[in-house]
Amino acid sequence: MGLELVGSETIADASESPLSISGLTVSYGEKPAVFSVDVSFQPGQMTAIVGPNGAGKSTLLKAALGIIRPLSGRVTSYGRPLDEMRARIAYVPQRASVDWDFPARVLDVVMMGLYRELGLLGRMRGQHRARAMACLARVGMEGFANRQIGQLSGGQQQRVFLARALAQGADLYLLDEPFAGVDAATEKAIINVLKDLNAQGRTVIAVHHDLATVPEYFDRLFLINTTAIAEGPMAEVFTPANLQVAYGGRLALAQLGSAAAG
Amino acid sequence: MLWEALSLQLGYNATLVTLGAMMLGVAAGSTGTFLYLSKRALVSDAISHATLPGVVLAFMAMVALGGDGRFLPGLMLGSAVSAGAGLLAVTWMAARTRLAEDAAIGAVLSVFFGFGVVLLTVVQVMSAGRQAGLETFLLGATAGMLWGEAVVIALGGALVLGLVVLLRRPMALVAFDPGYAAGQGMRLRTVELAMMGLALAITVVGLKIVGLVLIVALLIIPPVAARFWSERVGVVVAIAGFFGGIAGYAGAAISATAPALPTGPIIVLMAFALFLLSLLLAPGRGVLAATLRHLRFQRRVHLRQGLLALAGGQPVYEPLTLRLMRRAGLVRADGVATETGRAMAARARLDERRWQMLRSDPAFEAAAARYDGLTPLEEVLTADQIAALDRGLGPEGIV
Repeated sequence: MGLELVGSETIADASESPLSISGLTVSYGEKPAVFSVDVSFQPGQMTAIVGPNGAGKSTLLKAALGIIRPLSGRVTSYGRPLDEMRARIAYVPQRASVDWDFPARVLDVVMMGLYRELGLLGRMRGQHRARAMACLARVGMEGFANRQIGQLSGGQQQRVFLARALAQGADLYLLDEPFAGVDAATEKAIINVLKDLNAQGRTVIAVHHDLATVPEYFDRLFLINTTAIAEGPMAEVFTPANLQVAYGGRLALAQLGSAAAG
Repeated sequence: MLWEALSLQLGYNATLVTLGAMMLGVAAGSTGTFLYLSKRALVSDAISHATLPGVVLAFMAMVALGGDGRFLPGLMLGSAVSAGAGLLAVTWMAARTRLAEDAAIGAVLSVFFGFGVVLLTVVQVMSAGRQAGLETFLLGATAGMLWGEAVVIALGGALVLGLVVLLRRPMALVAFDPGYAAGQGMRLRTVELAMMGLALAITVVGLKIVGLVLIVALLIIPPVAARFWSERVGVVVAIAGFFGGIAGYAGAAISATAPALPTGPIIVLMAFALFLLSLLLAPGRGVLAATLRHLRFQRRVHLRQGLLALAGGQPVYEPLTLRLMRRAGLVRADGVATETGRAMAARARLDERRWQMLRSDPAFEAAAARYDGLTPLEEVLTADQIAALDRGLGPEGIV
């Protein structure tokens, strides 16, 4: 019975946006990094958040998750206040944001994804370890489970972060620059995992900076440069006109042309 | 005398004090690990120095009310209040002003401590004789300690230790990856305040034994020493607790042998001895192990380079390389390759060529990441995979 109830609840709100933001303004000091942004991300889709450097892409994600406090704005997830939906949301922060000399092995980091579920005193059991190992295998890192995290390459670190998010078993995945500074093999491994998640009906939202791969990797696009510029299906939003608005003079005409072609 | 102290034969009181100091050390070491890992270790220095005005004010208040000014729980309460004020001042300045945390720590530490010293002088003038003992809070003393005080210290330590065990996951996660922790819905400020609140509790509990000037050492040295021994946060916490316990136990026992010995400095010296041992002897991160590893690595590199030079028919000039190759019987005294030397040189050359082949093949990207110029390919690939590679090398491949 219990399981059925949970299942029907999931279906009932499947049409609700997994992340809906309205009137969000974030400011460091007196200059808003994100200004009055309204956006509703579509469930079961892969959406890229794209914009020039300093456009507030990461800030938008962090503020939506409550990691930094916005000046104003409301965020809901599946039609409820975000705080009630934390268990269904997995966040992959930027790799550079942590201390990689921290005393932890790869498997320990992945098991951090289970802390919420375990609570303060829940015992880490064999099944939890097995789940963490399975997540490592999905990103091709099962051979590194006992390595100290400081010994990993940048791409491997990124994959471990993704495995930690997978361990949460969430419905919504928010990734901050998952492809920044990683090798080609990692990029391929990550995008395969994300497409897999998407095929299972889960929602993926990622900050991305490489315009060349945007249309290939994602279904939808959210363009931002402090204010929201456009959100919609890739073909409708990924246009030279929109990119011109988002990037201004910073984007070479050649890139705009290739965007139109792609 | 020393042996009797260490084996707890100096009487009931001394035994209780020693065990109390050990409990305090265990709690301090494990609490301090989280501060150290989140790079907040010096906050505890501000906290401990901020206890002084509270201790003296509590003493004055208790005397004014006609009680015994040296009643330990009263002094602890006073120190907790002023240390709490100091802690809030530091976090407020760091969060709300443009001052960096180290500047805030420096300001709070010196102002609170200075104020405390002034108050201490006032007390000395005001009621000469009665303040006897307050200055022991600076460096700690176990001489003349009551058994009730030792029990309070041991229980306080045990309580803090229990809270550390309870909060270990949030504290570790916040220390490692605050962004992710916040994304999970953890209240960062709450966890950080809890972390520093525990350090505050350790300071207050440890005032009598270690003293406020040096308690920071008991919070920081054991974790720093423990970090040399493990790459797992849980193990580091346990080892830090163990080291802290040893330092507390041995330090209190030694200082019990002579009434004039201040306890705090001796405990700190014990902790430092453990740090020194760890720094030198720990496998992996220790200095000795790192030096040996480096020397071994250097020798392998020289031998490999020498072999590759032999295989390529180039002369070897580097004296260290020549010496190593002579000692290994690869070249004769006049620098000409021996039979073994030529065979091993050919093997090294083949290995290197296979590696180059593998690194140009995208199918072997994962294996290619293990190239370091030293590891034989046999350790990375199976015999079948190597055979497949060799087909790509062509007839020239097998020398």
